[in-house]
Amino acid sequence: MIDFEPSEEQALVVETVRQFAANEIRPHARAAEEGKQPATGAIDAAHALGLVANALPSAFGGGGERSAVLGVLVAEELAWGDLATALAILSPALLAFPVADFGSAAQQAALLPRFAGSAFVPGALALVEPAFGADPFRPRTQAKRAGADYVLDGRKCLVPWLPGGDTVLVFADEGGEAQGFLVPRDAAGLAATPTPQMGIQALPTVELSLSGVRVPAGARLGEAQGSGLARVIARGRVALAALGVGVARAAFEIARDYAKEREAFGTKIAQKQAIAFLLAQMAIEVDGARLLAWEAAWRLDQGEDALRESTLALDQVRRIALDVTDGAVQVLGGHGYIRDYLPELLLRNARGFASFEALALV
Amino acid sequence: MPISFELTAAARAARDHFHAMARDHMRPISRKYDDHEHELPREWVDWYWREGRRSGPLVPGPGDGMVQVCIQAEELCWGDAGLYLRTPFAGLGGSAVAAAGTKEQKERFLSVFQADGPPAWGAMAITEPGAGSDSAAIETTATLDGDEWVLNGTKIFCTGGEGASSAPGGFVVVWATVDPGAGRGGIKAFVVPAGTPGMTLVSLEKKLGIRASDTATLRFENCRIPRTNLLGSAEVRKSAGGAGDKGFKGAMATFDASRPIVAAMAVGVGRAALECLLEELAREGVAIRYDAAPTEQTALERDVIQMEAELQAARLLTWRAASMMNRGRPNNLEASMAKAKAGLAVTRITQKAVEWLGPLGYSKQLLVEKWMRDAKINDIYEGTQQINLLIVARRILDYSSSMLR
Repeated sequence: MIDFEPSEEQALVVETVRQFAANEIRPHARAAEEGKQPATGAIDAAHALGLVANALPSAFGGGGERSAVLGVLVAEELAWGDLATALAILSPALLAFPVADFGSAAQQAALLPRFAGSAFVPGALALVEPAFGADPFRPRTQAKRAGADYVLDGRKCLVPWLPGGDTVLVFADEGGEAQGFLVPRDAAGLAATPTPQMGIQALPTVELSLSGVRVPAGARLGEAQGSGLARVIARGRVALAALGVGVARAAFEIARDYAKEREAFGTKIAQKQAIAFLLAQMAIEVDGARLLAWEAAWRLDQGEDALRESTLALDQVRRIALDVTDGAVQVLGGHGYIRDYLPELLLRNARGFASFEALALV
Repeated sequence: MPISFELTAAARAARDHFHAMARDHMRPISRKYDDHEHELPREWVDWYWREGRRSGPLVPGPGDGMVQVCIQAEELCWGDAGLYLRTPFAGLGGSAVAAAGTKEQKERFLSVFQADGPPAWGAMAITEPGAGSDSAAIETTATLDGDEWVLNGTKIFCTGGEGASSAPGGFVVVWATVDPGAGRGGIKAFVVPAGTPGMTLVSLEKKLGIRASDTATLRFENCRIPRTNLLGSAEVRKSAGGAGDKGFKGAMATFDASRPIVAAMAVGVGRAALECLLEELAREGVAIRYDAAPTEQTALERDVIQMEAELQAARLLTWRAASMMNRGRPNNLEASMAKAKAGLAVTRITQKAVEWLGPLGYSKQLLVEKWMRDAKINDIYEGTQQINLLIVARRILDYSSSMLR
């Protein structure tokens, strides 16, 4: 039966993460952005909640409860707090989920347990490429077999690069097919250059240059079986859609609350239809986009590839997150434009969804 | 139960059943009754009364409740929104009787729709020449004279008004004030049986779209109905706003049930146009790629993906509002969100479909131009886009109607 109401268990998780975001993430959002450093306290506390570890296979110490629907519920709440911090908190999944989905037994045994340990360990996934016309489904980065090794050449960008990680999953073209490769962060020929972005500045991101990077054949994700980039992208699009909904909802709520306080011409500005209707449209678009993300996630949980649904959801979020955050800046006027308030940051973060792919996974 | 997008077997069977009904009995005469405005679509009306209305539960087991009602409306309006509105059923008037009527009234007015007599229609008459969105401003009066109410006034834009006022067995639910000085508190709903002396069908509107639907102007001149045809209480509460508005608010609450259905009807029209566009593209060997790089995506693909996302967002908002009714949750906010989203989304989707199909879309060879004309009504009736935004705004801001006018 069709149902849009979370179960008690789902609602409990949402409520827990919502409070966590309000208490541990949002208060540090501005300082994290200005300081270009994620709030490490929030990351460690989120890890203690087991937000990623609960979804990992129980054989490797995880909770064994992988659910894309739960993933989008959590992602929205975290991003409502702060997008960059949410991406940092969820970064272990960038490595852990593809390894859980496609990795060989040896790869899973080698890589998964660390993400279920007591300390936070970040993950990294290199998919987006820094070139006009780059195509996430068809990477230009090349992987060529050379004896017992693969040699990787190419460039990647928007790669989360938090301290403490030792492996990055790089997608590259191997004879016309996209494959993933588990590359040590300190591999010879791999250069990581910090590249500040327009938004999400609290999340360290790098541009990667791969020049003759050699990895053993056993580093190919799934080894002989290989992996499925389209499935990774679909899971990424669902996660990004939910994160974008969280950003948009944050902007809507800030604009709504401001409009109920701010007075002009003797009334609250929220009492003017020009403002009230804009807020109503923002609320409708946030809810509509959220339901698209939920449906796509539910389809993933049913075992569908959900490429179309995840694409529709992210496509909608790319538009509405920009519209809603821009609307929030507009409602706050000059106050929306200055960095004392969050809307300008939310607008910068929202624009990022046009470029983001697989920056988080469900 | 967790969040789920799985339709029950009953809902899937209903969807398939009403889809086949729309395809076989509506689509073939769609163009005919768009061209022959004001002519009774005999094929559809007679077939539906004889066979269509008798399709009971198609598979055993629980269904999806109001979501399933929305799916039925979507399928039939995928067939033809105008014919759907001309279907012999109790309609909005029936919803009002069902929501506010006594057991005796329900039996008296609604049993005809299960009976074997000739086709009957129900309708709701609210709008007046001087009162549209501001339904509290209506001027039609109802005066008690002995055991009868006497109605005087003029109603316009009454959907289904010809059938409901003329065909025996049907009725029009008329909104009128029993105390013009009491504002909203004086507004009551009255059931006027078809053929009641004093109720006159003045004219039928010529419209942009939904031309198979009879949109009537009805005049009430000393129109006398039994005292027992009042829906709800006759008591007038004069305190402005708050609890004094209970009667009016009760009447407005029927919109919380009808708006998801109207939103679903809109989605049906939008889907018809989008599907037609995709079929024409497929005929030309054009497929929409969901994995194209942004710089490789064509303008057509970009538009189609947006149309699909907008349509699905509208559908899901609609189903959410309906699903909340299944759980007995208040859905005033969600119903208006769905209606506002669907009305605008399908207006744009159908306009885009005509645009992309070029001269083919503009010509009457296809039904797309008709669907564009049909779609626009969804952003107007059952609360315009602006009225629904107003309702949404009041809810999200926690403002009363006096705080946000």
